[in-house]
Amino acid sequence: MLLIRCPYCEEERPELEFRNAGEAHIARPTNIAAESDDDFEKFFFIRANPKGVIYERWRHIHGCARFFNAVRDTVTDKFVMTYKAGEPKPAKLPGASK
Amino acid sequence: MNAVFRISGAGRLSQAKTASFSFDDKPYIGIEGDTLASALLANGVHLVGRSFKYHRPRGFLSAGAEEPNALVQIVRDDARKTPNVRATVQELYDGLTANSQNRWPSLAFDVGAVNDLASPMFSAGFYYKTFMWPKWAWKDLYEPKIRAAAGLGVSPEKPDPDHYAARYAHCEVLVLGGGAAGIAAALAAAETGVRVILADEQAEFGGSLRFESGARIDGQDGYAWAQAAIAKLKAMDNVRVLSRTTAFGYYAQNFVGLVERVSDHLKNPGRELARERLWQVRANRVVIATGAIERHMVFANNDRPGVMLASAARTYLNHYGVAVGRNVGVYTANDSAYAAAIDLKKAGVNVAAIVDLRDNPAGPVIDEARGLGIEINFGRAVVSAGGKLRVSSMTVQPKNGGGERTIPVDAILMSAGWTPSVHLFSQSRGKVAFNDETKRFVPGTYAQDCVSVGACNGADGLAASVDEAYAAGAKAAKEAGGKIGKGAKPKVDAGESWSRGMLGAAPGAGPGTTVKAFVDFQNDVTAKDIRQAVHEGMHSIEHVKRFTTNGMATDQGKTSNMHGLAIAAEELGKPIPQVGLTTFRAPYTPVTFGSIVGHARGALFDPTRRTATHGWAASHGAVFEDVGHWKRAWYFPKAGEDMHAAVNRECVTVRKAGGLFDASTLGKIEVVGPDAAKFMELLYTNPWEKLETGRCRYGIMLREDGFIYDDGVVGRLAPDRFHVTTTTGGAPRVMNHMEDYLQTEFPHLNVWLTSITEQWAVIAVQGPKSRDIIAPLVEGIDMSDEAMPHMSVREGKICGVPTRLFRMSFTGERGFEVNVPADYGEAVWEALWAEGRKHGATAYGTETMHVLRAEKGYIIVGQDTDGTVTPNDAGLDWAVGKKKTDFVGIRGLTRPDLVAKGRKQLVGLKTKDPKVVLEEGAQIVADPKQPIPMKMIGHVTSSYWSENCGRSIALALVAGGRDRMGETLYVPMPNGTIEVEVTGMVFVDEKGERLNG
Ligand SMILES: [Zn+2]
Repeated sequence: MLLIRCPYCEEERPELEFRNAGEAHIARPTNIAAESDDDFEKFFFIRANPKGVIYERWRHIHGCARFFNAVRDTVTDKFVMTYKAGEPKPAKLPGASK
Repeated sequence: MNAVFRISGAGRLSQAKTASFSFDDKPYIGIEGDTLASALLANGVHLVGRSFKYHRPRGFLSAGAEEPNALVQIVRDDARKTPNVRATVQELYDGLTANSQNRWPSLAFDVGAVNDLASPMFSAGFYYKTFMWPKWAWKDLYEPKIRAAAGLGVSPEKPDPDHYAARYAHCEVLVLGGGAAGIAAALAAAETGVRVILADEQAEFGGSLRFESGARIDGQDGYAWAQAAIAKLKAMDNVRVLSRTTAFGYYAQNFVGLVERVSDHLKNPGRELARERLWQVRANRVVIATGAIERHMVFANNDRPGVMLASAARTYLNHYGVAVGRNVGVYTANDSAYAAAIDLKKAGVNVAAIVDLRDNPAGPVIDEARGLGIEINFGRAVVSAGGKLRVSSMTVQPKNGGGERTIPVDAILMSAGWTPSVHLFSQSRGKVAFNDETKRFVPGTYAQDCVSVGACNGADGLAASVDEAYAAGAKAAKEAGGKIGKGAKPKVDAGESWSRGMLGAAPGAGPGTTVKAFVDFQNDVTAKDIRQAVHEGMHSIEHVKRFTTNGMATDQGKTSNMHGLAIAAEELGKPIPQVGLTTFRAPYTPVTFGSIVGHARGALFDPTRRTATHGWAASHGAVFEDVGHWKRAWYFPKAGEDMHAAVNRECVTVRKAGGLFDASTLGKIEVVGPDAAKFMELLYTNPWEKLETGRCRYGIMLREDGFIYDDGVVGRLAPDRFHVTTTTGGAPRVMNHMEDYLQTEFPHLNVWLTSITEQWAVIAVQGPKSRDIIAPLVEGIDMSDEAMPHMSVREGKICGVPTRLFRMSFTGERGFEVNVPADYGEAVWEALWAEGRKHGATAYGTETMHVLRAEKGYIIVGQDTDGTVTPNDAGLDWAVGKKKTDFVGIRGLTRPDLVAKGRKQLVGLKTKDPKVVLEEGAQIVADPKQPIPMKMIGHVTSSYWSENCGRSIALALVAGGRDRMGETLYVPMPNGTIEVEVTGMVFVDEKGERLNG
């Protein structure tokens, strides 16, 4: 069972309290009705599913109930960092070589 | 009275405290502190089981958890018959009853042993090859016959009556393994003041100090030092010491699963004690001190009872005071086995000969053995063991061939060297590294905050192990925030070292031979099988493992993996690391389902949710159905009524007079705030801004892809307040869906969402008399049609308590839903019931609710829709706001596939024969005469007998359904094809006049 740091509660809590909510930083288009089929496909259906670092959403559903973002390595399952919803994708990851 | 192989003065048990037990119905006497294995050996019993495939007689290989052979069934009563218990681990208690497994009719004469004669048929890969042909043989021959002959033990016939406890624990330093290294690490960590947990699988701590007769630490005997150290640790407030506790799984972020055997060693455990306790420990640092496991020699008939590991023989002697024979032989490729010969010789057991594969080894243990007058043969091999039910001799030959000599023995003690137990390290995702010089895998690259110490880390002697462990324990504690400890490092005054040994088949069992030289005892895999697997094309060790099943039994190859790997590598002509090591998986040793399940069974398996009227419904004869976690009243049969009769009566009564239905399980969410209407506009397809306060609307929620996600009636209580209802099953996901959008896509909206499902009990009062039933109890609400039309909501009081009174209908009749605070639910229900009876109303359950709504063509999301249905498909286009520029799903609705012609649409179906009720889920075809497989154009989603219509009715999703009105379609069923006519979805009161009736 993983430990996940909730950026709102500011502490590590057991995985049981959380629920994954898919890839992060996919913004719903402001004028979604006008999106082309291709753009809607990219927005709604296409996901990166990377081997390695993924930016994803989690919800502290059995805690503060907030959605937040996390950076996780899909190979080792290690959480690199978590940050609040709405904050930009981190430019530099802690522990990264550059 | 001592058993015949118990040596007085030897061992650590008090020989005065006896315990009687039985094995295969024969009574024996052991002593307290014995394992079942030591007690049987004390009585001269070596034959304890039959092997899995060949049914060969088997005895004890080991004295510990790695035991592959001695699996027995422990029987306490009909419900407590535990199979596959390792006799080497099971502690003896007075009255213990054990039976051998996998034999018929008896252990000494086993019919299944013909498999041994027919063994060419059962060689490597036989499962894959034999069962390929012919097809009938699988069902009629292989499956029943082989299943009857194979298998390990039998399951109890009754549910497990024991209970299993579970605990979470946190500590700074978790030490796995309580031998000399683990104890030293725990001492060092504990002295710094941090929280320490020390766990060991044995009943007593000490690990190999149990058999190492010469070890001295801090001036005491090694084992005595271990007991004193444990006593010291137990007395410390910051330390938890767990014996009989196996670390079985190492998971992410230093999360380790331990299982503690609480009461399996007790004569009368009683109901108070749990049988086992699962510990889920999160540790800041983990010290792995799991030791090493001795390997056997791979030679012909090395599985005969009486052939065992040298360290096991020492354990039986030095700890339990039991001699494993009177005239033993020793076969070794390293120094360790000499100590066994020396200890036994000193205890008065004759050592017939030591056979050492090495050419000219030298050292103090060899000198000591020679000094005791033991015959030593260098450069020779044991090429075969004689005897069947018990070893009777060993045949010795120069290792490069030559004259044979047969030496009579009643036990052979063997040692091929020691394999570091890297299981838990490997489970932690650490990478092992092969040390070419010592020919073993040791911890290489770490993936977690842990450290391996002692024999499992490749240490070669006691002093080195203790030094390394003490330093590592102190370092781990410091890293986890501990202070500098004040204690002193234990000083090893004397201790053994364990040197290399060999891997793979010994002379006489090498390439070109076909003898039965076992590598994996539990799965009956021989050296020949592994070579054969390589010959048949298995070049990866993972393939060899699966083809031969080497290492796949319940012992997980603790003694066999390295031998198997070496034989495969030799045959492939590759170095060992290139062939690779198979993956170590949890659990380290078998774990009972009981300990994993813990308290989560029976009524505690899953939560049960009951509504406020549950007790009333139960006392009025309701039959309940499970809907998610909810118990819902299904129907209310009167005396003599079956379900069909009860539902027919309920359906007719509601439409004729009235009915009461508990709708409390519907999800309820309050959407509140200045931007509540804007939020509703975005989350539902319908327009909300213009909905007047006090009015209701049927809302549809989509996912972004345009498919229906949920539906429900929404009441506007105030300009900034909506009372939203959801489906019963959809409540949690709708709340999650709303929160997701509010928090992440529309955070600018000032809205609060509150789940109020449990706060309000909901009593649906439906039928022409519904207003007459409710009105006398209501204060402050004008219930006239003019003041309170269909689809309106009012706040006021009922029975003196607050109510949100909805006028709405899921039956097509005039109807109300009375919301009251849940605590008043039952009282208000009772009052409404009393009024209802005056008007001939009935209580009705979910089945009648389903029939009545189907008669009106009202859909149930999740039954009539399946996640691929759009509002248009369901005939609900009217509920989509055409002027809206945005709502979740608006873009999805215009996807090419969703606007294409020929989509499945919801329609009604009437069977040509009105008495025939279709089966829900049944497939629909246009032409029943077409060849199979037929083209299916839809399926039945809802189907009932409608007493109100005097016929069956059904709803179905049919391709292009609304263009097929009046068409005849077909439902092919096993008993014939049913003709149906496509109709509209409304079967009762098409004009909707009864809503005001
Ligand atoms: Zn939180």
